[in-house]
Amino acid sequence: MTGVVRGAAIVLFVMLAAAPVAAQLYGNAYLLALATRAAILALAAVSLQGVVGLAGLPSLGHAAFLGIGAYVLLILATAGYGEAALSLPAAMLAAAAFAWPTGWLALRTRGVTFLMITLAFGQMAYFVAESLAAYGGDDGMPLDPAPHLFGTDLLGRATVFHALVLVLLALAVLTAHGVGGSRYGRVLLAARASSERAAAFGFNVARVRLLAYVIGGAIGGLAGWLLAIANGFVSPALLDWRVAGELLVMVILGGVALPEGAAVGAVLLVVAEEALSVATEHGRIAIGAALLGVALLRRARQAA
Amino acid sequence: MPLGLLLVQALNGLELGVLLFLIAAGLTLVFGVMDVVNLAHGVQYMLGAYLAVAAATWTGSFWLGVAVAALACLVLGALLERLVFRFLVGADHLEQVLATFGLILLGEEGVKLVWGPAPLSLAMPAALAGTIPLYGGLHYPVYRLGLLGAGLAVAALLALVIGRTRTGMRLRAGATNAAMLEALGVNVERLFALVLAAGAMLAGFAGAVAAPVVAVDPGMGGPVLILAFVVIVLGGTGSIGGSFLAALLVGLTDTLGRGVLDAVLDAVLPPSAAHMAGPALASMLIYLLMAGVLAFRPGGLMPARSRT
Repeated sequence: MTGVVRGAAIVLFVMLAAAPVAAQLYGNAYLLALATRAAILALAAVSLQGVVGLAGLPSLGHAAFLGIGAYVLLILATAGYGEAALSLPAAMLAAAAFAWPTGWLALRTRGVTFLMITLAFGQMAYFVAESLAAYGGDDGMPLDPAPHLFGTDLLGRATVFHALVLVLLALAVLTAHGVGGSRYGRVLLAARASSERAAAFGFNVARVRLLAYVIGGAIGGLAGWLLAIANGFVSPALLDWRVAGELLVMVILGGVALPEGAAVGAVLLVVAEEALSVATEHGRIAIGAALLGVALLRRARQAA
Repeated sequence: MPLGLLLVQALNGLELGVLLFLIAAGLTLVFGVMDVVNLAHGVQYMLGAYLAVAAATWTGSFWLGVAVAALACLVLGALLERLVFRFLVGADHLEQVLATFGLILLGEEGVKLVWGPAPLSLAMPAALAGTIPLYGGLHYPVYRLGLLGAGLAVAALLALVIGRTRTGMRLRAGATNAAMLEALGVNVERLFALVLAAGAMLAGFAGAVAAPVVAVDPGMGGPVLILAFVVIVLGGTGSIGGSFLAALLVGLTDTLGRGVLDAVLDAVLPPSAAHMAGPALASMLIYLLMAGVLAFRPGGLMPARSRT
């Protein structure tokens, strides 16, 4: 299974990397935009995989971090601070600052209750974004002027931006593997297997888990920052609970255990939704049926 | 805030509270007894509203519409138990998330396919269409009072069933320790099927009676589901009494808190700042309430589950 996921990840990454060429060849800029969006969501899914797969925390509030990253960029850019070297760390820090207290509270419970609480805090962030009348309220507003990187317009060039996203995605997957194999990752896995046992060994389980949640949140903020640039627009829709649900579904589809699995799940879901939306207005029915089918099939295989 | 307005807000809050209770009741039992997380429970609420609109339009009677919607949701709940939920018992929570998220997409998109994406509305029954005078020259819609009464009546009935019948006793036992209940020879699977179908009916009923006072659209189940989760977390998983208390608390905090908060902010902040902070803070209130309870009582106000 691991080999299949890894192979799929490599194939899909090469396809994403070839997207600028394909877009040039077919004269279809939309192809590149789609590939960039898929790669950004893959990055978001990888950041969630660390929380769900490594730390064992089923979070249904990850869209909040994307939204916070996007809104921080919007607010800074609107105020005239469009420099990426400033807004990028600010976006990640703000997402981490939200993850810290909400994660601390949610970690007082576990399992499904953790899921419900993260969902609730995600909804809270959604309502706050909706109430920001100065930033378009319900409708959101365009990112104007576009952010610049060290004074250059490199971020505005689709190919350069796409390359940056792919580099960040690859870095995130490699880092996730690095963390997974490190001492810290082993502690997380030990706590996932049995939190009592890990605690008996002298580890502060709540603290190591909170750190994982905060790091996941910060990288989620990075993904949101990228998504805001890719869309050129920021709105509360980014914080909708369905986005959080889809991110979690991407991680689960990818088998939970591997970072690159989450990325594969993300790219497949984004491409499937896009392909279906071209064919029919009601493609989400097919997606829903497929998700249900996958879950029941996996269950049947477990039983057999 | 004038007393009359306070009364209106309190009634609105109680009304939201009983609706949330009807939705949370089934959800908390399904989760408490069988450890199954059902994200698609909000879809039942949404379907209840749509079916009520369709049946009321077709038959010309609001009351028939509500009855048909509740019954249809009961049947649908039983059917889904057979086809889906039965296989999710004992599964990893993430697989349950995957399956029930799939159900949400199916339900919401299916409704769009049949009724279109535009919101529908349902006329109130003529008998309850008027308003009655309240304190201070304010008027309150009779229908909303009826909704509150109906919700309280169903809650009382539910309390009776759970507190005074054999099935109710098993449910309480199941929420406390399902494995022990099974070991004592109770058919927990059948109990689960019953809870799932009844919970679907309650949520459908809530959607049906709420249809005249809310916009009936495909996405209406999501926000309500999240509020029901807040209620469950606050009340303590598997606890019907805790859910009732928490539902009223959430309803009152959301409506009453907004009014009180506006008054307080107006008093302490300059108008422009109060205007900015008010809406943001008001929408955070129930989540802050949840955070406060979690900080001191992580198991909720009235936890049902035994420590194992």
